[in-house]
Amino acid sequence: MTTIYVDGIAYEVPEGRNLLQAVLSVGLNLEYFCWHPALNSVGACRQCAVMAYKDEESELAGRGKLVMACMTPATDGTRISIKALDAVAFRKSVIEWLMVNHPHDCPVCDEGGECHLQDMTYMTGHTYREYRFTKRTHRNQDLGPFINHEMNRCIACYRCVRFYRDFAGGDDLDVFGAHDHVYFGRREDGVLQSEFAGNLVEVCPTGVFTDKTAKHNYTRKWDMISAPSVCHHCSVGCNTIVNTRNGETRRVINRYNREVNGYFLCDRGRFGYDFMNSGRLVREARVEGRVVSSEEGVARAAELIERGRVLGIGSPRASLEGNFAVRQLVGPENFCSGMDQTEHVIASRVLEIFRHGPVRAASLHDIEQSDSVLVLGEDLTNTAPMMDYAVRQAARNQPIREAVKTVGVVWLENAIREQIQDQTGPVFVATPAFCKLDAIARQTFRGAPDEIALLGFAVAHELDPKAPHVKGLPESMQKLAASIAQDLREAERPAVITGSSLRTPAIVEAAASVANALQGLGRSVGLAVALSECNSLGAAFCDGMGWDEAVKAVEEKGIDTLVVLENGLFRRADTLSVEQLLAKTAHLIVLDHLESATTPRASILLPVAPYAAAGGTLINSEGRAQRFFQALPPQETSPPESWRWVRDIMERLGREEAGRWHNLDDINRAACTGLTKIGSAIEPAPEATYRVVHQRIPRAPHRYSGRTAEMADRTVHEAKPPVDVDTPLAFSMEGYQGRPPSPALIPFFWSPGWNSVQATTKYQQEAGGHLRGGDPGVRLLKPKQGVRPAYASEIPVTHTPKAGEWLAVPLYHIYGSEPMSAASPPVATLVPEPYVLMNADDVGGMQAEAGAIVRVKLGDEERELPVVMSPSLPRGLVGIPVGIAGSWALVVPQKVTVAPGETA
Amino acid sequence: MARRERPLTGHLKGDGSALGLKEYEHGGGYRGTRRMLKENTPREVQLMVREANLRGRGGAGFNTGLKWSFVPMGEEAPRPKYIVANADEMEPGTFKDRLLMEQNPHLLIEGLICGAYAIEAEMAYVFVRGEYHLPAERTRAAIADAYAAGLLGRNILGSGFSLDMAVHMSAGRYMCGEETGLLNALEGKRATPRAKPPFPQTSGLWGKPTIVQNVETLCCVPGIVANGPEWFNGLSAIEEDGGTKLYGASGKVKRPGLWELPMGTTAREILEEHAGGMKAGYEFRGLLPGGASTDFLVEEHLDTPMGFDAVTSAGSRLGTGTMVVLDNRTCPVGMVANLEKFFARESCGWCTPCRDGLPWVQKILEGMCDGEGHLGDLLRLEQHCKWLAPGNTFCALAPGAVEPLQSALKYFGEDFARHIREKRCPYR
Repeated sequence: MTTIYVDGIAYEVPEGRNLLQAVLSVGLNLEYFCWHPALNSVGACRQCAVMAYKDEESELAGRGKLVMACMTPATDGTRISIKALDAVAFRKSVIEWLMVNHPHDCPVCDEGGECHLQDMTYMTGHTYREYRFTKRTHRNQDLGPFINHEMNRCIACYRCVRFYRDFAGGDDLDVFGAHDHVYFGRREDGVLQSEFAGNLVEVCPTGVFTDKTAKHNYTRKWDMISAPSVCHHCSVGCNTIVNTRNGETRRVINRYNREVNGYFLCDRGRFGYDFMNSGRLVREARVEGRVVSSEEGVARAAELIERGRVLGIGSPRASLEGNFAVRQLVGPENFCSGMDQTEHVIASRVLEIFRHGPVRAASLHDIEQSDSVLVLGEDLTNTAPMMDYAVRQAARNQPIREAVKTVGVVWLENAIREQIQDQTGPVFVATPAFCKLDAIARQTFRGAPDEIALLGFAVAHELDPKAPHVKGLPESMQKLAASIAQDLREAERPAVITGSSLRTPAIVEAAASVANALQGLGRSVGLAVALSECNSLGAAFCDGMGWDEAVKAVEEKGIDTLVVLENGLFRRADTLSVEQLLAKTAHLIVLDHLESATTPRASILLPVAPYAAAGGTLINSEGRAQRFFQALPPQETSPPESWRWVRDIMERLGREEAGRWHNLDDINRAACTGLTKIGSAIEPAPEATYRVVHQRIPRAPHRYSGRTAEMADRTVHEAKPPVDVDTPLAFSMEGYQGRPPSPALIPFFWSPGWNSVQATTKYQQEAGGHLRGGDPGVRLLKPKQGVRPAYASEIPVTHTPKAGEWLAVPLYHIYGSEPMSAASPPVATLVPEPYVLMNADDVGGMQAEAGAIVRVKLGDEERELPVVMSPSLPRGLVGIPVGIAGSWALVVPQKVTVAPGETA
Repeated sequence: MARRERPLTGHLKGDGSALGLKEYEHGGGYRGTRRMLKENTPREVQLMVREANLRGRGGAGFNTGLKWSFVPMGEEAPRPKYIVANADEMEPGTFKDRLLMEQNPHLLIEGLICGAYAIEAEMAYVFVRGEYHLPAERTRAAIADAYAAGLLGRNILGSGFSLDMAVHMSAGRYMCGEETGLLNALEGKRATPRAKPPFPQTSGLWGKPTIVQNVETLCCVPGIVANGPEWFNGLSAIEEDGGTKLYGASGKVKRPGLWELPMGTTAREILEEHAGGMKAGYEFRGLLPGGASTDFLVEEHLDTPMGFDAVTSAGSRLGTGTMVVLDNRTCPVGMVANLEKFFARESCGWCTPCRDGLPWVQKILEGMCDGEGHLGDLLRLEQHCKWLAPGNTFCALAPGAVEPLQSALKYFGEDFARHIREKRCPYR
């Protein structure tokens, strides 16, 4: 620690920080724009000027010099003044310059009320502008369905391009022009191509980039009811805040969690919410297609369940509580995880690897901190986008380590970048086809899924001769494996990232072997396994049977009724298999919030609350149990969470245990203690009885506009806000007005004077550091010290394509492959048309060309699709986009036939 | 003066054409370099230049040899290292480097070879202002001749020292003349300046050790290498700076032009003897001693020796040494407005005070000239002069931009006041 003096008061700050970060971290206020905790210092805006003094004597004499706090190291004995008259006057002056061209359109600006520029302006005390000349104006661009562009508001802090290009790896947003005509936009109108573009909304300190999806039904921050939530659109489990108003989900913004997503989200996570406002929600209970009351729904479901043999199908996209409730309803021996067979195998295996092995399950933060990364088989940009972002940051770590030797400090962003140039640390990417991370990879490998596994096993063998030797490997792969192993071995904190998207268990096995070998070499290794859905690991914790076993059970035991929890069955197996299953069971009870191919088949359909209207626990791929809270206040017609339906059914059946599930805490405790692989209560968030000075924590920052008036046509009495029995949060502005002491209970970031998302700093132990009270979430998987797991012995054989034989491999799209977000109207506009991807030579071999129609038969379904040529996809492979309308919902590597189409 | 006393221009042919390699060598060119490559270590060259008191002719006036000594040397030093000639001469009123490149390109090339040798650089760039077609063309031709003669390329003259050299044409912004903005431009990036530290000497072009020198500075080096630091110091009229200086004068003087004179020649001598005094009917009111980004000097300063320290003491900067003379029939407010228009346009847009402050200054001044001045304008201008100071802005552009303004307010305050009072420009 070092001591700095700010306006004569001594503060202890950690070493190696800049003055801006230091003063914000000790709780002082100092205005800034271009600096951002995740984007470091560049000294562009000149807003954070403070008076610096050589020593105490010159401070007393008032002989100081203005310095920019963000560009000045906080060294021991530094003496500065924030309040010095000239410093205050200069900072006011900077605001006035920024205002020269700013349109002052706050009343009609989407940023108003949560605008960093407003906050900083107010903080400096600047009020009257004297500029009397014409303001310059810009033309705005159409940047696609997510981001609204209003360049006249720009104060040229350069954060947008720094984030977009330097940190997120985008290249289609840039700064053009010069002097006071600098323009931040694209070369021409068009959809921003980065998967992280949505972060511009929060990175921009004013209203240049705002959330277009929130615009059509705009609400101010202070008029919204918000709750801490967890993203439901992949297995990473990014922390979000869901904003609602009048029974609608209005937007999703980032919720800082240093261990997980930090300051950022991917665009699927940010804009995927709109499915909850779409017409595709299940809203009423139905029995044989007839709308019935909830009571009748419960009664009829109970009847069916009582009458015959029941099999429950859980869901990797439903909460832990929902899954557990169904599991209890049908009995653990009749519970299927609800994942497709291969995913089930992989998720179960991943759980074992982490429960019994010595390797740490890497958090996003762990990946960001790693200095060497092997990505085995995952197109992260499309399957777990924030892992892509984390890998991009990790790629800088080794070069930064060198650059700091010249630059001296790590936070001088542009100087560090100048040193690094285009160097990246060791990142290796092995996937079947091109992926965006190729751009930063030291080497890439293209191969069939089994070959990717082989590469992994070969790397493991290079690291540890005890790992099985891979025979018959081509020399190029052998060399590559040696070079990957070399770089991983030399790293201090290597990370191995893999996943289930290729539906190839051997890949995960190979990645685990590499991680185990590195662990054996004493490296602080992290292993991250991206699973397919937000609660895939939670579903694995429920320890149910796989799909194949469920099919077998139906065939052998004779099942009368299937209970399906929040699950589209046609995504879990091929159509024929699902149809056979449905044919063999007399009744189908479906609980879901989203219409799918399964819902019309239900004998009883029970509507459940989508995540904005529900509370629950998800376990992300890192094994972190995280609570998401209900953001939408319940209305009379709101469907309940799945577990409440199940509870009611069980109570009706006279099942005593369900009678004890009064609220979310009860069912969560029951689940955590009841599932042997969790084994005890974990408390992912404070319980419902938690109070701060006897008060709840408000979900709303203010008494929202129209709160009294909106009911005036029916009653002049103001309705009592609904009582939340599940959590300590209140569905109103009433309650404890300070910063919630528990970091899991942050419905919005706000601090006096800090109305924008930059208020996050006030919730952190240090600007950009951990949340005060620790980052939320409970890690359920702890590495076992001193264990040396046996290496996998089953190694696949090399894939050799034969003429006329094709292997289908799944391809994923950030927009389209995940069904909930794909039902979100703005996301839907970016879902590609179905296609098949083939090697250019293979296409040529069929006497066809790009765009030609080919007939593909996969499993029991045949489709005619246009062919897209890939220079990188190996010959003999056929890439098939997963989950897109008109394509297959599930693709497991398997033989497939391809022929020129009829229409070709 | 004897040719020997005018090492930069003494050998020029006088017809505007360039000295060819043969002619240059005939006049003693490359002789020092040949000896240097045989007899001197790089450190010795650095020391020679340092002792010669050669100070940066781009305007900063930093001791050149001292600057070179900050470059990491030896086996451990990062590679490659670079030397860059800053030929982005865009300062209004300045045209000295153009003369050197057009008429004596080998002098610059030799200066670069010496400098590169002194810092063990393997690559030299000449970064030329976009509009300088002829200087670029002649420099390119001279570089080709130097390659052909074995003065550039692998193992120069058998010394084991290698150097490549290329001309890079600027895309044309004033900011490219700022040392670090130039480096960014040379890398193909926007010409925004870089924060210092780290200085280019350790982290310059592509993050490698780099020396950026003004053309005139580099052109002084061959003489030092050939004749020694004492000779160079002896050329100067003053103690603290060595060598000769290209002084220029523009404005309503009888003979606008450019002259190589001993460093420290007084403003009066330049103005009255070399430029021939004011044109008939015009009276002297003031001068910008070294281009547009320097403070006005007035009558009382005319006997100031035009050396770096003396001009600073007089309240201005030597800058590029090419003075712009203001007469009594030109409106000082209009002149400053014109300059601020240039600086506002040439701001790179990186930092707030410069990007948004200078256009405001420009609009206020133009408003005054159009009879739309307000009483508060003077205060507003003074505030800008105070806030756009070194350290408050990211680079020196804005502080330079307000130098003519702040001194104009000081010396010609009544002119500003009359513009506001009379709601018109009294010179129109």
